[in-house]
Amino acid sequence: MIEEKHVLSILVENQPGVLSRISGLFGGRGYNIDSLCVAETTEPHVSRVTIVTRASKQIIEQIIKQLHKLINVMKVIELTGTEFVQREMALIKVNAKPEHRAEILRIVDIFRAKIIDVGLEHYTIEITGDEDKLSAILSLLKPLGIKEIAKTGIIALSREPKIV
Amino acid sequence: MKLTGAQILMEVLKEEGVKTIFGFPGGAVIDIYDELAKTDIHHVLVRHEQGAVHAADGYARASGGVGVVLVTSGPGATNTVTGIASAYMDSIPIVIFTGQVPTQLIGNDAFQEVDIVGITRPCTKHNYLVKDTKDLARIVKEAFYIAQSGRPGPVLIDIPKNVAATKINYKPPKKIHLKSYNPTYKPNIRQVSKAASLINDAKRPVIFAGGGVVLSKASKELTELAQKTKTPLTASLMGLGAFPGTDPLWLGMIGMHGTYRANMSTGACDLMIAVGVRFDDRVTGKTDEFASQAKIIHIDIDPTSIQKNVPVTIPIVGDCKTTLGQLNKLLDKEDLGDLNEKRKKWLEEIEKWKNTKPLAYAQEKVIKPQYVVEKLYELTKGKAIITTEVGQNQMWAAQYYHFDKPNHFITSGGLGVMGFGLPAAIGAQLACPKKLVVDIAGDGSIQMNIQEMATAAQCGLPVKVVILNNSYLGMVRQWQELFYEKRYSQTGMEHAPDFVKLAEAYGAVGLRATKPEEVEKVLKKGLSTPKAVIMDFVVEQEECVYPMVPAGAPLTEMLLV
Repeated sequence: MIEEKHVLSILVENQPGVLSRISGLFGGRGYNIDSLCVAETTEPHVSRVTIVTRASKQIIEQIIKQLHKLINVMKVIELTGTEFVQREMALIKVNAKPEHRAEILRIVDIFRAKIIDVGLEHYTIEITGDEDKLSAILSLLKPLGIKEIAKTGIIALSREPKIV
Repeated sequence: MKLTGAQILMEVLKEEGVKTIFGFPGGAVIDIYDELAKTDIHHVLVRHEQGAVHAADGYARASGGVGVVLVTSGPGATNTVTGIASAYMDSIPIVIFTGQVPTQLIGNDAFQEVDIVGITRPCTKHNYLVKDTKDLARIVKEAFYIAQSGRPGPVLIDIPKNVAATKINYKPPKKIHLKSYNPTYKPNIRQVSKAASLINDAKRPVIFAGGGVVLSKASKELTELAQKTKTPLTASLMGLGAFPGTDPLWLGMIGMHGTYRANMSTGACDLMIAVGVRFDDRVTGKTDEFASQAKIIHIDIDPTSIQKNVPVTIPIVGDCKTTLGQLNKLLDKEDLGDLNEKRKKWLEEIEKWKNTKPLAYAQEKVIKPQYVVEKLYELTKGKAIITTEVGQNQMWAAQYYHFDKPNHFITSGGLGVMGFGLPAAIGAQLACPKKLVVDIAGDGSIQMNIQEMATAAQCGLPVKVVILNNSYLGMVRQWQELFYEKRYSQTGMEHAPDFVKLAEAYGAVGLRATKPEEVEKVLKKGLSTPKAVIMDFVVEQEECVYPMVPAGAPLTEMLLV
């Protein structure tokens, strides 16, 4: 079975335990979670969960149906295979020795990233983009010494004009 | 009206028509028990909380309604888990109320505190922690609705002590509406019509019925479909009774211990109409070779059951009763041709399988367990409600007792819980006081919830326990005999209590048969005694259940006697 990456956008009732129902479903049935992102929408009682998973065709069908079956899940949309936009944000704490600072600034500039914190020996960079952009900046910064990194995981929305 | 949480709970239970609750009191539910005593609701005091859930399960299945359980926090709650998991696997509607420590103590590791909502999340259809008394009535109503609608299942409600004790201004909740929960009852008519034409084209069709038919009360529609199209029918363990076991079209059970003709028909059919089933591994054997010549129509209310284990040709999401009703109507309009002619060859082939390898055993000087079940069937004219434990006793019950009606065979199918049968029989007896209820048990599994004999005695319930006593954990021993070179590792149960004396100690009646000629006498006496009875049948120790499909082998490769 060939596993492919799938981006799922899930609208859930904003209630305690919902996230654990979802993550428990993935854990209990042996499905993968590559990344998971959750936050309130404009309606306070509704949250949007974005999950990136890898699965075969048959398994992704099961994942979607199993998610639907959870009482608190209102809607499950598979974005993969449709027109959609996706972004991920990373905060990267990178070594900034005096001789490297100009190079880091140049990289930050090229990627339209931002330096949001400066220390005696490090910069912290904020960058937003798709996965390719993030991995590109990481590969350029790596030789300079990445001290720490935090990533949000992917969030995504359909490009359809109608609201899903 | 100012009411406490406990009083509100009683109001809603009355509104939901609850007449019987299975439970066990404790500190965290003492306020609820105090109010319960003031109502007409019959509370059955079990001896272990696992027994309460199995009893509620048996009650729900025998009555076709919902079972209700009330237990305390901590160990009271954790003891229900096996029962809940069993009901979840078998899709049985149960509402379980657990007590919880007061809300201000939750998370502090308080006395008898456990996160039962967390523990039961993967084995309930849904569960709730009530944090505010004003949510209680709505949640209880939602729970009863969720438990019984769509694909049924257990729903747990965790009620902290202070939520039960707090007084609020109570207004009965209006009709509940769940935004994100809408089970599909009506099938897509285009799919149904595709199914109808496949049925008309089929040369060697087989219907495969499951527990979904029983749950959706669709036996009439199923029987109509089989007879109208002259299609032979098999069923899973959970589907026994959905179709008359004495009908000429009946093939017997399918699967690991299914009949030769049912499994051979599955291998040879060109169309399988699967209704209310989930293609469990004990049914399919090796999935790649399951019904490999057949197109499959799969009707089920739960979309996740479809395409999960076996790829199907026509998936139909819908209620079994509604869908079969529509299918029957469409078939009435079709010209099915001369069915006697059309099915002749297929039914002849099946008849040949039936005659070459029927279910059989050789009665010798010791009692054969199959003989006991066969005699029980004869003496009860097939009208008893049968519950079972799990293992060989369960399979022999399924093979040798022929069920003509649904809701008469009550067994832990999916989870396979030893210790299920006795409490389930108690529940079934309470739901159907006039019926004869018999638990077919093994000497191993009866000991797992034997304490419920006291419950039966206290409630004056005339449940009958038939122990097929072979001094072994028979099914595991059978596997060890067949696949592990007879190394009987820890399956010998040489030391068992004297079940006759044990029955008497519980205030029940104990009987024993050790020779074949005693079987009928003991059964007759036991079944006509208006009290709880344990009948101990000392049977052949190393008898195996046949046919048997080794785990993971194709269905058609059966080990036979």
